[in-house]
Parts: sequence; structure tokens; C-alpha cells
Amino acid sequence: MADETDIRRLPIAATIVVALTLAIAPLPEAAAPYRPDWVLLTLIYWSIVLPRTVSVGSAWLTGVVLDVAQGTLLGQHALALSAVVYLSVRFHLQLRVFPMSQMMVTVAALIGFYQFVLFWINGVAGVTTSGASYWGPIVSGTLAWPLVYFLAGLVNYRRRHA
Amino acid sequence: MVSARSANPHRSTRTPALGLRWLLLAALSILLMVVDQRQHHLDAVRKAIGAAVYPLRVVVDAPVSAWQWLQTTTASRNDLLLENSRLNAERLLTHARLQRYAALEAENARLRAMLDATARVTDRVRVAEIMSVSANPFRHAIVIDKGQQDGVFDGQALVDADGVVGQVIETGILSSQALLISDPDHALPVEVNRNGLRTIAFGTGEHDRLELQYLPNNADIEVGDLLVTSGLGGAFPAGYPVAIVDSVERLPQEPFARVSARPVAALNQVREIMLIWSAQAPGANDGSDDEPDDGVDADG
Repeated sequence: MADETDIRRLPIAATIVVALTLAIAPLPEAAAPYRPDWVLLTLIYWSIVLPRTVSVGSAWLTGVVLDVAQGTLLGQHALALSAVVYLSVRFHLQLRVFPMSQMMVTVAALIGFYQFVLFWINGVAGVTTSGASYWGPIVSGTLAWPLVYFLAGLVNYRRRHA
Repeated sequence: MVSARSANPHRSTRTPALGLRWLLLAALSILLMVVDQRQHHLDAVRKAIGAAVYPLRVVVDAPVSAWQWLQTTTASRNDLLLENSRLNAERLLTHARLQRYAALEAENARLRAMLDATARVTDRVRVAEIMSVSANPFRHAIVIDKGQQDGVFDGQALVDADGVVGQVIETGILSSQALLISDPDHALPVEVNRNGLRTIAFGTGEHDRLELQYLPNNADIEVGDLLVTSGLGGAFPAGYPVAIVDSVERLPQEPFARVSARPVAALNQVREIMLIWSAQAPGANDGSDDEPDDGVDADG
């Protein structure tokens, strides 16, 4: 199994890179607060499906890259992403068997926690943010979850049947 | 079932390791954030990761730049001709404007040179900041942040943008005390700008009033006259505005008229003031009061 995970890292990394690209893609001013946290959703998916391959370490590294890409405090997204991924790895067995509706509720809670951590760090660091930037991604991210689940599942398809 | 049971001992050893790993990473994140917030040691790290992220930015930008490329390549010849003529017209217009700028620039340089020259022959000034003011309401004194180190001397004149503020009475090493012209103990030799009538302006203890005593009833002074320093007292250079006469009472039964004036400097509002090294005062404080012209040459 260990030698197999090495081969499968590439598609996983590719999905994370796509998510990072979506995270820095320009959006119209009005839609910007409702940008789903694509990176977070992707990491949640992989940490549920392949908790031994994608865990807190990869989440942390992705977070540092996201910090640089978005120009936030270095370590801010790293901390938030690794915290959420810790939870999803910890409970991946429960999450795996949830039906979609229940999964969406859980994901909403995870995004809420993620946003709270970011919000809290912003507060400590003295960066002011608006309320919409807190609630927007929770709504849009929850709605985007089935899409992420489906698309990442396509990448994951071969592994399940190999 | 078998696999689940066999995974169980494996998981029990793995779970605490997961928590521990996360705690370590969280601590590392907090450390990173603190260092990033306080200092700029991480700029190199940022730059390195930023270079790695650059391809993503290119990808993100690709649709926009592709669209622009498509627009320019498919633009019709007619459009290009139109644009060309428009740009030509614009270029002519800017060129004409540029010529006017050249003239203005020359004029500006000339005026500046003149200004520079006047600055050189008149007094040298330096800006000082007021550090504190006297708490005593009847003592109008201030402390400024320049002292002997900066060449300040006793009796030196202080002005603000509008007029005379006061004079230095006590020079410290790094700071000095100065008396405002409104202090009851302060007297300043002035002259009426209109006709050169000499008199002395006494402080009254009020920030907005000076008194001109010993002016005879028939003196030629009117409301609205500007009073400027006469330079006769030695301390102040001549010609700085001091106050504007705001009331003249001629009393037949008294030997002198009662005249008061309002200082033009905002005595209780200024924060920055200018110290003046007058052309005639600094080198020879004692003797050369009466020969201002020599002083100008010596200093200039």
C-alpha cells in the first residue's frame, strides 16, 4: 500500500493546484465575498478519502502556499487548514458513511470553524474584515461541496477500482 | 471485519501521533505569524514560494490576455486607421501642451532663483517645535526644542508664518524658554507700517491684545494700521509684522491716547515656530545695532 500512495500523489496534488488557482482567480467585486474556499473543500475531500496520504502536514504546506498567494499573514491559512484537516482525518470514518445531506451540514460546520480561525487571527493581527466575508464562504462552500465531491471523485475513480 | 480489527491497534498508535503532529504544526504556524507580523525576515521565504505560485497567476491571467490578443489580431484595418488618426491628433495636442510646460518650467526656475537670492540676503531661519507652554495664565512663556546646540541665543526672535511670536529669554543646551509678545513683561519696539511712526507694543496678558502706550492724542494712527518691528531694540530684525491696530481712543483729559492692537501671529495656536538668525544680530550682539548694513554683508 505504501508504494501505491506514492504513485497517486500526483493527481491529488493536481487537484490542490487547481483549487489554489481558483482561490486566486479574479472575481467580480460583488461575488468576491462568496468565493467558496476551494482549497479547503479539496483538502477535506482527500483527508476523508485518503487520510494517510493527505493529512495535517500536506494541509499545512498548502496553507503556507495559500498565504503567499493571497498575501495574508504567513501561517494564517496554514494553521486554519491544518486544524480543519485534523478534525476531518480524526472523524474520517464517520464522515465517509454519511449521506450527502448530513455530509453538507458537517462540511458547513467545518468551513465555519475554518472561517472562525481566520477571523480570529485577523482580529489579533488587527486586520479588519466585513461580516459578509465571514458568512459568504460558508454558504457558497456548503453548496459547492457536492460539486467538489463529484469532481474529486472522478480523479479518485481509478483508485477505487484498481 | 478482519481488516477493521487489524487496523484498530494500528490506529490507536496513530491517532495521538496525528494530534501531536497537528500541535507541532499549529505552534509552527503561530511562530511564523508572529515573526511575519513583527519583522521582515520572512521576505525571502515569501519570495521563494511566490515564485512557485507565479505559474498559477499566469494560468489565472491567461483567459484575459488571450481575449485581448484575440481582439487586437482580429481588429479590422478600418478600426486601425481610425485609431491611428485619433492617436496622431492626440499626439499633436500633447506636444502643444508640452511646449507650454517648457515655458512654465523656465519661468519657475527663474522665480526660484530669485527667491533663493532673497532668502540668502535676508535672515536665516530654522523651524522649532513648541515642547510645552507655561501653566501660569499670567506668564506667557513657551519652551522650544532648540538650544545652544542649534545656535540659539538669548534675545533671539521667534516668528510664525504670520508674524512675530516672541523672543528667547533663557537658552538651555537642547531647549530654550521664550517669552511671547503678549506677556505683560514684554515690550517690543514697533513702527506703523503706513507712516513709520515709532512706538512700543506692550503685552497685556491676553493672547489677542497688545497695548501701545505713550502715544500722544494727536499721533497719526488709525484702526487697521499694521505694526511691524522697527529693529531699534536690537533683538528683533526690522520689518516683521507684529499686530494690527484694532482700537484707538483719544481722551482729551489724558496725556496719551489709549491704543490697542491684535497680534497677527496666532499666539495660542501655533505648534511650529521659526527661529531667526537676523542678518544684523548674531555675530555682534552688543555694538552693531545701529549699523545693520555692515551686518548684512558680513553674514551674506
